[in-house]
Amino acid sequence: MTDLSLSDQAIAGKTAPPSEARALRLPTQWLGVAPFFIFAIMFLILPTFYLMLGAFQNDAGEFTLENIAALAQPSIVAAYWISIKVSLASALIGAFAGLAIAVAIVRGGLPDWIRSATLTFSGVASNFAGVPLAFAFLATLGRIGLATMILNTLFGFNIYAHGFNILSFWGLTLTYVYFQIPLMVVIIVPAIDGLKKEWGEAAATLGATQAQFWRMVVIPVIWPSFLGTVILLFANAFGAIATAYALTGSSLNIVPILLYAQIRGDVLHNAHLGYALAFGMIVITGLANVFYIWFRTRSERWLK
Amino acid sequence: MKTGRFWAWLVFILGAVYFFIPLIATVEFSMRMRRGAYSFDAYQIVLGDERFQATFMYSVLAAIFTIILGVLVVVPAAYWIRLRLPQLRPIVEFITLLPLVIPAIVIVFGYIRMYGSNSPLPFLASNTGANALLVIGYATLALPYMYRAVDTGLRTIDVRTLTEAAQILGAGWGTIITRVILPNVLIAVLSGAFLTFAIVIGEFTMASLLNRPAFGPYLQNIGANRAYEPAALAIIAFAITWGCMSLIQILSRFAPKSANRPN
Repeated sequence: MTDLSLSDQAIAGKTAPPSEARALRLPTQWLGVAPFFIFAIMFLILPTFYLMLGAFQNDAGEFTLENIAALAQPSIVAAYWISIKVSLASALIGAFAGLAIAVAIVRGGLPDWIRSATLTFSGVASNFAGVPLAFAFLATLGRIGLATMILNTLFGFNIYAHGFNILSFWGLTLTYVYFQIPLMVVIIVPAIDGLKKEWGEAAATLGATQAQFWRMVVIPVIWPSFLGTVILLFANAFGAIATAYALTGSSLNIVPILLYAQIRGDVLHNAHLGYALAFGMIVITGLANVFYIWFRTRSERWLK
Repeated sequence: MKTGRFWAWLVFILGAVYFFIPLIATVEFSMRMRRGAYSFDAYQIVLGDERFQATFMYSVLAAIFTIILGVLVVVPAAYWIRLRLPQLRPIVEFITLLPLVIPAIVIVFGYIRMYGSNSPLPFLASNTGANALLVIGYATLALPYMYRAVDTGLRTIDVRTLTEAAQILGAGWGTIITRVILPNVLIAVLSGAFLTFAIVIGEFTMASLLNRPAFGPYLQNIGANRAYEPAALAIIAFAITWGCMSLIQILSRFAPKSANRPN
């Protein structure tokens, strides 16, 4: 108790200094956070703003909307569209599968070691992305991959003859799901853990069936964090390039790959169109994250 | 309840199948190099490749510098916000989330345009500058994870009491941060460091666009030109990620649980 009251006094003494002393102290107050803010402004905020400004300028540096309008050309629209489709499909599949696995390991009555093993594996797999992931899927579902060959020799089913291609929309989506599901599991398990036992008991006392409990308690509570995570997964897939590039080269025309080619060799023959392309990516992931933050603040109410 | 358990097992087994088949397939594929027999030839070739050793060492070095830079930027800020400027917390948290909003390729595009050879701050004019810029870029990528790890670590210790006790004993700010605060959040910092390492070691986008001889571009290059070596590299990369995550989990056992002591 004594040390508590002592530190209270110390705080009181610090928060009410004479006014002139405060004016002098202000700069040193900021010194501790200065490196962080200088770093963030120089290497995160300014470069982004530079591109965003560039998106609204022409070569002479004058303001223009032409670059944004030029995004409407069919090849670029197609790139955005396939990017959005892959990101959305992998986010939704990843989210529902991840939720199912999370519910199964938390509330499904499985042995304890399965829960910890799944969580450990999810931590690894959610970080196993990029180029090596593409290699793994090529070895699995490529033309001479193990799964392709087993399906062909054991079941006589040639997936490539039936229109599947690892270098396609579904191939890329299936690959992205490999890091999306674990990410969902890692994020959503705490939310499901947050469902208090008392709620189930209270619902049962009031005569609710298991189905009613799920429909009227569990789903409304989990819903915001579920939607929020879907959006996070979407942004996660939308900005990813390494996996797609290693998997498909430049044969699948998604936005990050188009931007990559533009940065390397100005394939659009217009530097400012490149800025506009980057600007479009920021707008889409930015919008997604505004929703994410909104959902997260709503979901945190229940997790205290 | 019995049907519930059945569904739980079914979901778990389906998930396990989806996650293990690619791993098994990759291991199998990586051993197919010698005709008619399984062998570790692909691993031997990869591990003996000079470019593998050079690029891997380059990326390890980049990761170490990234961790140092991340700690220097994040720890003082997180500490100071807990101690004196809690009103800045929302702003700082927002900034640390930005790297999840702005794709890495956009950030590095901005660097290339802003810090090119003709700019006032020509990072890209020299080799050292470009290496520094890569480390800086990696530190921004790791910012969300590093900040969260350190902030969680600070939450479990009583920052104010420790600081005041050190001040009473006559410690200056440098001593307080390096000899009081840092040792107490060391485990949190190390978790952030291993996560950073896992993210940085195979990173492709930034390294490739800044033309750095890093592990990620090397992986991509092998993938485009070889058949069996990529599978071996994928297994090696998976093992590295697994190692980093295991270390984080082992470390978390040593972390202090909470500062809320009953008294």
